[in-house]
Amino acid sequence: MSVAAHALPVPLTVLPRGARALVHCVLDDTPVIDDALHSTVGQRLIELGFVHGVEVEVIETMWPIGDPLAVRVRGSTFALRRREASAILVTLA
Amino acid sequence: MDTANRQLADLHIALVGVPNCGKTALFNRLTGSRQKVANYPGVTVERKEGGFRDRGGRRYRVLDLPGAYSLSPTTLDEAITRDVVLGRVAGERQPDVIVCVADATHMPLSLRLILEVRRLGYPMVIALNRSDLARKRGFRLDVAKLAAALGVPVIETVAIAPAGAEALIQGLAAFEARSPLPVVEGGGAVCELAPNRAETERTQQLVPQILAEVGYREPLRTRAAARADAILMHPAAGMLVLGAVLFLVFQAVFSWAAWPMDLIEEGVGAFGLLVSGILPAGALQSLLVNGIIAGVGSVIVFLPQILILFFFILVLEDSGYLPRAAYLLDRLMGGVGLSGRAFIPLLSSFACAIPGIMAARTIPSARDRIATIMIAPLMTCSARLPVYALLIAAFIPARAVGPFNLQGLVLFTLYFAGVLAALGVAWVMKRFLSKRTYHPLLLELPDYQWPDLRSLAMGLWDRVRIFMRRVGGIILSLMIVLWFLSSYPAAPPGATGPAIEYSFAGMLGRALHVVFAPIGFNWQIAVALVPGLAAREVAVSALGTVYAMSASNAALESALLPVISSTWSLGTGLSLLAWYIFAPQCLSTLAVVKRETQSWRYPLIMAGYLFALAYLASFITWRVTLALTS
Repeated sequence: MSVAAHALPVPLTVLPRGARALVHCVLDDTPVIDDALHSTVGQRLIELGFVHGVEVEVIETMWPIGDPLAVRVRGSTFALRRREASAILVTLA
Repeated sequence: MDTANRQLADLHIALVGVPNCGKTALFNRLTGSRQKVANYPGVTVERKEGGFRDRGGRRYRVLDLPGAYSLSPTTLDEAITRDVVLGRVAGERQPDVIVCVADATHMPLSLRLILEVRRLGYPMVIALNRSDLARKRGFRLDVAKLAAALGVPVIETVAIAPAGAEALIQGLAAFEARSPLPVVEGGGAVCELAPNRAETERTQQLVPQILAEVGYREPLRTRAAARADAILMHPAAGMLVLGAVLFLVFQAVFSWAAWPMDLIEEGVGAFGLLVSGILPAGALQSLLVNGIIAGVGSVIVFLPQILILFFFILVLEDSGYLPRAAYLLDRLMGGVGLSGRAFIPLLSSFACAIPGIMAARTIPSARDRIATIMIAPLMTCSARLPVYALLIAAFIPARAVGPFNLQGLVLFTLYFAGVLAALGVAWVMKRFLSKRTYHPLLLELPDYQWPDLRSLAMGLWDRVRIFMRRVGGIILSLMIVLWFLSSYPAAPPGATGPAIEYSFAGMLGRALHVVFAPIGFNWQIAVALVPGLAAREVAVSALGTVYAMSASNAALESALLPVISSTWSLGTGLSLLAWYIFAPQCLSTLAVVKRETQSWRYPLIMAGYLFALAYLASFITWRVTLALTS
């Protein structure tokens, strides 16, 4: 794999079960959770620990299309839907 | 010392923490059984308050705020936590001290929330919970360094150990009660906390720095946990295990509960007989025996089912399995806008919608909770079985259809129709009623752990209290009203028909007949539906009363059967069956919905849509049967 391929951020959803990667960033344009509360999925993902440089591991994925998937980050495990996980860009470690 | 302490005002403290940090266990440890469970005004968010006294006799009022990852809320529950902390909830005193509960074994999430709370500048203490578990994992957080880094007192607690909160209680003694601050309505006068991405990311960079300083070690995933996940979360194996677990719960609720339920029924019957023996026959005796004892007894009988059900829910929740089950089911249930977590309440509703609706409390998001509550009565509850049994025996021939029995197939179809209707209603609510916002899953899958017996016992006790006090109260008043309606005015002397025919309930039934005639119900059914308001299965005995049967309940069904099958048309029978798929007339369910949602809106919508669906289904069934049989 070339150096450029290493550095190229890809959505978390492309990782297979068992793969590890480093978080690059969380996309700005994420679904709004609640209009009245002005909260977005992206904001919450950052709060849960998906910030630049943190290692993540996909520990389980659900049939048929890997939705939802379980991701380990900083010692905690979260179940995310593909829609949420695709907002997380990662670089392969 | 003693006199000085006595002068100190009550200290109001609030527990704040991320979900799964052991906050509720700490709350239970602090307050014991001295807890009050209610709802925050106008919302379906549970408010838990308790109290304790320290050695000096000072009183502490403890509020267990809903678990929150952040003060930028994504759910109503998190919004309540933020608003209480900021003193923005009308009628809720702003806490004197905020106790941030941190999980020593999972510090990053806790610490980020602590940093956010600290920014507000209110008096606060950090309760470093599960510090025993951290030591077992081979590290000890440097409490002094953490306190120095944050500028806030840090106290180690072990919520599951008998004296695990003593140090916290001593630490709290240093704080003084503030004079109550004025409540700020709405606006951001205190501190604006609109989510700020840059700010959050800055805080997140600070977290690992602090944790490195205090000697925190990130938990490694144990091999046992990895192996358990590989089975329990496996798309196929996990589903099989889940099916087995659900089957066990279902079985337990029906079969384990049967014996205590019989016992309660017999006890209530014996008590009724005893009272009728003591009191002279008359209005008072009738009110007490037929109205109150029989009526309340018919609800208390569900207590064993509720206890068994909540035992399983609490064990599954505490052990960490429930979120994994929600993970497995998320895709299936997400299609109609339900959360994966809705499955336990819905499963419970097959026993009775009341425990099912109460179980919806375990769903963290208020909106998902409402959606689940609204469709819970569409799960065929056990109270509908006597009605189904009677009508199927009367109208469906016991013919073999392939390897199956036609009667069994019809029963299965009725259950299936209920589930199908529930999915349909959920889909309609998602499509047309809820705001067009996205419900993310973002569900934490906590480490597996053995359930704490003390918390389990207290959780069960909570449910019993809620059930007995709230439901008992409203059921009691309904029963008295219903007794009055079915007893007055009394039958005139020399009357030939059953007494109920002359009562208000009878008149109501006859008046209702106008409404029910188009769907094939006769006036006897209409009358029987009135006492059926109290509990669905009462309709069977009420039908018996209307048909002037004087027999015990068991004998009634067999005696009623020939009368019904000879006098009702097939259409009437099938139409009533269709009606009972929706059975909109269970007042206890509506009363619980009122209690759980703290508003009349949802019970009214529920009664409305159930009635409309029942009427529509019965009308179609009646018309189609009529067309086919004539």
